[in-house]
Amino acid sequence: MSKSINLTLKVWRQKGPGVKGRLETYHAGNISTDMSFLEMIDVINEQLTKDGKEPIAFDHDCREGICGTCGCVVNGRAHGPEAGTTLCQLHMRHFDDGDTVVVEPWRSRAFKVIKDLIVDRSAFDKLIQAGGFVSVNTGGAQDANAILIPAEVAEEAMDAAQCIGCGACVASCPNASAMLFVGAKVSQLALLPQGKPEAAKRVNTMVRTMDALGFGNCTNERECEAECPKEISITHIARMNREFLKAGLTAGEK
Amino acid sequence: MNWVTSTFGSSIGKKVLMAVTGLAFCGFLAAHLAGNLTIYGGKDAFNAYAEKLHALGPVLTAAELGLLLFALIHILTGLTLFYQNFKSRPVRYKVNKRAGGRTLGSGTMPYTGLLLLCFVVFHLLNFSFVDKTGTTIFAIVSKAFANPLYVLVYIFAMIVAAVHVSHGFWSAFQTIGASHPKYMPLVKGIGLVFSLIIGIGFGFLPIYISFIA
Ligand code: FES
Repeated sequence: MSKSINLTLKVWRQKGPGVKGRLETYHAGNISTDMSFLEMIDVINEQLTKDGKEPIAFDHDCREGICGTCGCVVNGRAHGPEAGTTLCQLHMRHFDDGDTVVVEPWRSRAFKVIKDLIVDRSAFDKLIQAGGFVSVNTGGAQDANAILIPAEVAEEAMDAAQCIGCGACVASCPNASAMLFVGAKVSQLALLPQGKPEAAKRVNTMVRTMDALGFGNCTNERECEAECPKEISITHIARMNREFLKAGLTAGEK
Repeated sequence: MNWVTSTFGSSIGKKVLMAVTGLAFCGFLAAHLAGNLTIYGGKDAFNAYAEKLHALGPVLTAAELGLLLFALIHILTGLTLFYQNFKSRPVRYKVNKRAGGRTLGSGTMPYTGLLLLCFVVFHLLNFSFVDKTGTTIFAIVSKAFANPLYVLVYIFAMIVAAVHVSHGFWSAFQTIGASHPKYMPLVKGIGLVFSLIIGIGFGFLPIYISFIA
């Protein structure tokens, strides 16, 4: 049964990159518990627009937990309090009447605030450009089943491939490290035969790019895997560490 | 040699340096504790152990220099990581909450590490760089622990060491890539037991020496 709740919202408002922002308080009245968190912000924005005020800027696209565009830190938790959930899939039934909810953007040196709750995540694009791909030769397509991949390996690669690039790992990491994002990609491609030829080069360039972009260093706090909406495990970080050491110690790649 | 600097200068490389030196210190702690346990055999057993150790001569010096080198790597790399991680989030969150990953140990590594550094200096000044002519190590130790303040400092330091090791042990395995759902629970279990052994094993010694021996 649906019911309605009233909330006090404290939302980070910031006019643009580099300018000073602050938490503004809003009253969210009569919010249906069937709404998603983003729909709740929609309701507030409608009121703000009617009042002639600037609506809260936030990122969103699919609203079904698959694109990775949404994401804010809600009461200190990336994507809110529910495990394995994106912000667009977080429902208001997880909040109680009278709650105060603080909404902040992802915080990291590598993710600059563009406006309000929107951050620039192009650092992730740079990481994927650095090595998050496999090279494929043109020519006749080979038979789909020509390369055998054990089911467990395919499954494990698929677990890593679930990453939607939302940035919650960076946001929740006490060191603002991107190790889970990079680890998932390196691990996914290192597991599969198609990714093996470029494995050493990939891990080297991706790790170097990650360091250059200003992300912090992982200290195995495990907050990332606890907050990841796709519940990607830090064993993928361990695989990347292995791949990196292997590449550093044995690969011809300098 | 370019690959050495590019591998160990990277974020993962620095972590590997922390992990390898940290695991070596775990080994050192185990050996140090095993030696200290001779104190339960009485003052002669303890003094005999110390004498045997020092009779090793150049081997002991080499081991000490090795430990010093490892300590320098561990401390300097640790401080670099601490500084870089501090800088990686220039604007902090107003509300901070754990999602269940962070532990007492993992959240305090730089601080427990720095406390341990102070302790090691204090400890070496107490028992290592002292005039040992005409006295025995047991006499030095029991004189020190006659002071309740020393007992408290040592017990506190050992609790700090246990907290540091509780995260450091399994974390080192994760960092060098030795992590698998099959055996990671075992590694974590061993780490926990090891940190308890360090905390209780070393921590009880000052109590034993000052009140019982
Ligand atoms: S909007 Fe696409 S995952 Fe939330």
